[in-house]
Amino acid sequence: MAADPLIRVTDLSRSFGAHRVLDGVSLDVRRGEAVALLGANGAGKTTLLKILATLTRPTRGRAEIDGHDCVRQAEQVRERIGVVGHGAWVYDDLTALENLTFWLTLGGRRPEPGELQAALAEVDLERVAGDRVRTFSAGMKRRLALARCALARPRVLLLDEPFGGLDPRARKWLEGRLEAFKRDGAALLLVTHSFGRELGIADRVAILAGGRIALDSPRAGLAPDDVQRLYAAHTEEAP
Amino acid sequence: MSYARRALVVAWKDLLVERRSKETLNALLFFSLLLLFVFQLALGPDRERLASVLPGLLWIGFILSGLLALGRTFLLEREHDCWEGLLLAPGDKSAIYLGKLAGNLVVMVAVEALVLALFVLFFNIDITGALPGLALVIGLGTIGLAAVGTLFAAMTAHLRARELLFPVLFLPMEVPVLLGTVQATEALFLGEPLSAVSHWLQLLLAADVIYLTAGILTFDFILEG
Amino acid sequence: MTRILGWLAAAGLAAGLVMAFAVAPREATQGNVQRIMYVHVPAVLVAYLAFGVVFVGSIAYLWKRAEAADRVARACAEVGLLFLGVSIATGSIWGKPTWGTWWTWDARITSVTIVFVIFLGYLLLRGMTEDPERGARYAAVLGILGALNIPLVHQSVNWWRTLHQPASMLKAGGITMPASILVPVLVNVAAFALLCAYFVVKRVRLLEAEREALA
Repeated sequence: MAADPLIRVTDLSRSFGAHRVLDGVSLDVRRGEAVALLGANGAGKTTLLKILATLTRPTRGRAEIDGHDCVRQAEQVRERIGVVGHGAWVYDDLTALENLTFWLTLGGRRPEPGELQAALAEVDLERVAGDRVRTFSAGMKRRLALARCALARPRVLLLDEPFGGLDPRARKWLEGRLEAFKRDGAALLLVTHSFGRELGIADRVAILAGGRIALDSPRAGLAPDDVQRLYAAHTEEAP
Repeated sequence: MSYARRALVVAWKDLLVERRSKETLNALLFFSLLLLFVFQLALGPDRERLASVLPGLLWIGFILSGLLALGRTFLLEREHDCWEGLLLAPGDKSAIYLGKLAGNLVVMVAVEALVLALFVLFFNIDITGALPGLALVIGLGTIGLAAVGTLFAAMTAHLRARELLFPVLFLPMEVPVLLGTVQATEALFLGEPLSAVSHWLQLLLAADVIYLTAGILTFDFILEG
Repeated sequence: MTRILGWLAAAGLAAGLVMAFAVAPREATQGNVQRIMYVHVPAVLVAYLAFGVVFVGSIAYLWKRAEAADRVARACAEVGLLFLGVSIATGSIWGKPTWGTWWTWDARITSVTIVFVIFLGYLLLRGMTEDPERGARYAAVLGILGALNIPLVHQSVNWWRTLHQPASMLKAGGITMPASILVPVLVNVAAFALLCAYFVVKRVRLLEAEREALA
């Protein structure tokens, strides 16, 4: 069963009252694979991510992480996912080290000696380990969030516009870090708004329009222009 | 045990932030001091009149400052999506409730101790004999306040009308605790032994058990976004 | 089915009215105004019954996420509040000629009023929560805690009053009532319970219809 996708979305629908945001979405992401999810504002990308992250429930259909249902086995799913959203899950008045200690302990683990320092070193934050996060830039907070994620050794990473607000150096670093996650066998689902560099790490590109996946194709061979063209085509066709 | 450790790390985090920012404690102490002045001014210099309402005033002070402290329980979590983080952390969520509760208890008891000391000073009362009993009543009462307050703070954290709704939900629910603590405190101030108020203590204990159990069992449903 | 319930309730109310005014004896000291007790007491009992259903429905909703349970709980909270309001009002009306004041800090009236405010908060919470699913969950928690608090409220207020003053003047509360008073009370309790059930069913139907309209 190693071939089973780590993320499996089957005919997923989500309505908010009368407004149907997702209407029969199906998507798979395998081990070591990264899928970039594109779509217009309000297309439902974040909603899909939230369902996978067990933050909200679908109205119909199934979402599974590593074979566990996101609704009925939420706790097992939470043990396996890492979430990088807009907020970095940081407490401004705590130091980087204290933040990591908190989240790791809350997750039920005791940090091994030197483990936290090593995690900070990996994201190039070991020099500011004892500084309060209030003094960090957006990029540094994002890196801290990734260190936090990495500590939990997730099998699936759900990222909501992870490159947003990062300077070119930080973006390059993030690409490398995400590649490392892929090499470790994690499945990545990136929600993104733009067609830039971040598509570089994606193995497949999916476009969400009209509540469903309008396009799901390997990225290899697609130039950024192609993607942009396809995106425009599909989002224009959407009702 | 992992559950206890998780609860304690939540309390540790809150108290550490509090110690660094000193926001809540300072404001509460200042507020309590102001209350004392307001009480004195509103009720006039008549010592007799003050003496008779002192227990009530004390607990009004405790409840009002408790209201402020409890309302802020999840304030930190509103930033940087930390609420999401709490929800997604694997494990029994009630540990988070207990951790938040513990943090609130520490802050509230600290404020209450100071307010009590100021009361003794300002209103010149002698309660040395009653102290052990008072400690018990204050302990039980504060747990009753914090158990409900922490839960309701989570409930109202996401609502726009948070500042209005929290007191409206909290105060009527705490009537039994208010009555129990004031009556018991009054008796203790008058020098009565603890046995004379044992029924109130039992009521407070029952309330604490009920509120804590309800909180532990239902917190998960509140945290779920 | 609902119509039968409605007719039964109407019949029950008619019977209750007859019992209260024609059959029940005229109270010696208070006169006819005491007959208001036949509304006041059954209203409280039925309201508390409704809140008991709120408690059960809230637990059922949290456990099974059954929206029907939430609708029933909500309807019972609303109707219960209505009956409780009637009880408080009739208590006040009873008090004016009897004790010369619109409001007394009588143990029962005070407790009932506090419970009223608690469940008013239940409706406020629902009203102020934008997401209906979240509102239902939060209200369920509040409903459970509110219902559990009812005995605590009554006990604490009771001790607060009786330990400071002689026993309350509202004596007509015990089971040691003579049959001539007990029977009309019971008839009215049954009538009010039927009326409550009727209102609840209508309200639940309305909520279901709203839900359908949105879907």
